[in-house]
Amino acid sequence: MTDTLNTKELKRFAAVNRSVKKVDGVALVTGQPVYTDDFDVPGALHVKLVRSPHAHAIIKEIDVSRALKIPGVVTILTYKDLPRIPFTRAGQGYPEPSPYDTFVLDRKVRYVGDPVAIVAAETEKAARLGAKAVQVEYEVLDAVLDFEQATNEDAPIIHDEPEAIGIHDASKNIAAHFEMEIGNIDEALESCDKVITRTYHTKTQLHAMMEPHASISYFDPNGRLTVITSTQVPFHARRILSRIFNIPIGDIRVIKPRIGGGFGGKQAVHLEPYVVAVTLKTKRPARLVFDRSEVSMSTNIRHEMKYTVTVGATSDGKIKVIDMKGLSNTGAYGEHALTTFMVSGSKTLPIYNKVEAVRFSGDVVYTNLPSAGAYRGYGAPQGLFALDCTIDELAHELGFDPLVVKEKNSIREGESSPIFRIMGEGREGVDQIVRSCKLQECIDKGKEAIGWSEKRGKVARRGNKVRGIGCAIAMQGSGIAKIDMGAATIKMNEDGSFNLLLGATDLGTGSDTIMAQIAAEVLEVDYDKIKVYSSDTDMTPFDTGAYASSTTYVSGNAVRKAAEMVKERILEKAAVYLEEPVENLRVKNAKVVSLNTDREVTYEELCTKLFYTFEQEQIAATASYVGEESPPPFLASFAEVEVDLETGKIELVKFVSYADCGTPLNPVQALGQLEGATVQGIGWALFEDVIYGKDGRMLTNDFFTYKIPTRMDYGKLECGFVDSYEPTGPFGAKSIAEIGIDTPIPAIANAIYDATGVRLRKAPFNSEELFFEILKKEV
Amino acid sequence: MIVEFTLNGEKVKYDVRPDKRVLDFFRDELGLTGPKEACGEGECGACTIIVDGLNVHSCLMLAAELDGKDVWTIEGLKGPGEKLHPIQEAFVEAGAIQCGFCTPGMVMSTKVLLDNNPSPTREEIKKALEGNLCRCTGYYKIIEAVELAAEKLKGDG
Repeated sequence: MTDTLNTKELKRFAAVNRSVKKVDGVALVTGQPVYTDDFDVPGALHVKLVRSPHAHAIIKEIDVSRALKIPGVVTILTYKDLPRIPFTRAGQGYPEPSPYDTFVLDRKVRYVGDPVAIVAAETEKAARLGAKAVQVEYEVLDAVLDFEQATNEDAPIIHDEPEAIGIHDASKNIAAHFEMEIGNIDEALESCDKVITRTYHTKTQLHAMMEPHASISYFDPNGRLTVITSTQVPFHARRILSRIFNIPIGDIRVIKPRIGGGFGGKQAVHLEPYVVAVTLKTKRPARLVFDRSEVSMSTNIRHEMKYTVTVGATSDGKIKVIDMKGLSNTGAYGEHALTTFMVSGSKTLPIYNKVEAVRFSGDVVYTNLPSAGAYRGYGAPQGLFALDCTIDELAHELGFDPLVVKEKNSIREGESSPIFRIMGEGREGVDQIVRSCKLQECIDKGKEAIGWSEKRGKVARRGNKVRGIGCAIAMQGSGIAKIDMGAATIKMNEDGSFNLLLGATDLGTGSDTIMAQIAAEVLEVDYDKIKVYSSDTDMTPFDTGAYASSTTYVSGNAVRKAAEMVKERILEKAAVYLEEPVENLRVKNAKVVSLNTDREVTYEELCTKLFYTFEQEQIAATASYVGEESPPPFLASFAEVEVDLETGKIELVKFVSYADCGTPLNPVQALGQLEGATVQGIGWALFEDVIYGKDGRMLTNDFFTYKIPTRMDYGKLECGFVDSYEPTGPFGAKSIAEIGIDTPIPAIANAIYDATGVRLRKAPFNSEELFFEILKKEV
Repeated sequence: MIVEFTLNGEKVKYDVRPDKRVLDFFRDELGLTGPKEACGEGECGACTIIVDGLNVHSCLMLAAELDGKDVWTIEGLKGPGEKLHPIQEAFVEAGAIQCGFCTPGMVMSTKVLLDNNPSPTREEIKKALEGNLCRCTGYYKIIEAVELAAEKLKGDG
């Protein structure tokens, strides 16, 4: 991979913008015990959950007596044994914008898989047998299985519990509602030459991270509760556990070891409360590892969304008005309900910032289906599918190349959008000017790579097969401005190494490595002199967690600040030691050197003296960073598909994505994020279909029925970056983790249209549906 | 029952419960945490080990079947001078590891491929790793790592 993406800056950078090896790479590649389930905690009870077979029911009776007789079963907890404190599983900044509509266990169950009882036993087998032996009598209620029926007059009310807080309108199953309008929609529509209205529907998606969720809890020798858990949000998990169980925050320690992928699926407390309940009751360690079906059905899935979009433009292709009306399905609980809905507007509408009027409104509704939550893209892909494809349709109707219309109407460097101020996450946003936007460069590179000018609109037919190409452009953010906070502590050791303690949560993304690179850049040392320890609520400073594409920008800036503070102190102490004025001194190659004389001192010597003999002091600093803004990365993507007209089979021949993420701090890792997100988006577009039975049970709850892509499932993939520098980012960096998943669905849909003339408005795209649409067209 | 087999190059003998999955036996009783469980039904390849030269899902193999076999887990993989094996080096260097959960299985499948075919084509690599799922990388860097590993191994020979 290229290390020379940022040629101008390369001279300046010694540690960042380089593809150094992951700091945890050797541990991972040798299979060391680094994930939660690898930890052996002696005497730990095995926990299993009894889950509801009904989508909506009241528990009339629970009889645990038979289960308790099974040898090895130690305890069984039901709703009767647990505090009835409403909370949200969502791991968000406090106070959370998600409703408090969840109890550890409730008398009512709201989806197939909702936990009913917690069984703890000496062995896993005993726990499993115990869970099977718990006898539950249910009063089955009518269920809402279609999110478009959720607000019907006769729909059963899913959340009728009086303790719930923050539900928009429980009586109508509306978890959250949002609406905003800028300018005058009707007047703007009047002035358009062409107005079209289209409805696009994006179904849910499973995170399918490879590591199943796991948690272990125990009391440490001093009686403090310790939880080792696969989480993206250790500090939120600590706070939520404190709320549920009324334990002081200071008496809880949450440790995040290595995480086997999250993608938003671990941005909630999915299993921590169950193990903690067992540990509190039995005073013994407890462990719970979800199996794949539990990961699929009973953690979080993506919000299914449907948007009706009206776009109006003048005959020259200038878009004057956008109106998006949406409906989102949050499932049984309202985790991230409002915020994912808002993000589907706030991370798409500013792309088209030149409109005269814009409106965004709709409801997020409860259903008796698995609970939706955070998932890479966080609403933006669903919003973009509707918006980008409607604009694509409009362009075709006006007789323009859709790429030209998208280019011409999209945001550019130095510009702003009122959306930034009006739509934040769960509340108002922050006014900002886009300081770095190389969207045009992304488009130009991608356009050439796919052969846009030669191929677009041309019929490329070979036998039964036709080819077509499509494009989509996207933006995301870099953290939630004025909400997400990251902190880092750096302390110096007497061999010239540094400990970097940070709250930021590496869930496989490689953030520990780029944080080390940032500190090394400031301190002028090799990055392997920075010893990273992250995400342990006892040992590291606070961080809101790994979500919202925040870590590089927010936590990275905190690391940069902490490193600068440490550097300053090193210079001050060296000035005394070398007897030189501080302004004559610089740090260079792990030394402090004088610019005027040949005096110098190595970090090793200086710190050793400072520890033992000279002006004794531990050099250390803690810094915090809150983003004043959330600089968007940008992306242009192009898809080439081949459709078999006799079967409707869709082959992805080539997919191209070029991104502006500012300075890629570790180009190989950044590319890995973009490629990984793109393939996750391709999977969602073409293979990953969640299917429910008539009873609301998820039928596609394993890798046999839910197909995530292998390398055999797509053609050529070309991902890359354009030169860019974000002035507010650490060494010019913006985010890259999420944006890649936004474009595959619209780009592939637009390519299918180019190939066949058929508009598929429901994702994932199904070969049968396409086949029947092709038949209809030909008739 | 008693099983005798070769584990990572050493002859071993254990009294095992015959119906225990090899994955659980290795992880829970021998402390070999390299094989991971991600699906438990032979779909994902995270638990891949090498048995008599073939890559096998240890979640689908019972402990009784170990008897008489030559078995390798990632823990047995070593390069010259106790350093990383060239395949492992290649995975680290190529940026083929993100969360790392699929990595031991990927490395073991790569070993089987390169043992049998030292100069695989891209298509052969894709096919050989089809049974190992990765949700993080999109596979590009993994394919590059296998190519790099093939080069490194040729250099050694």
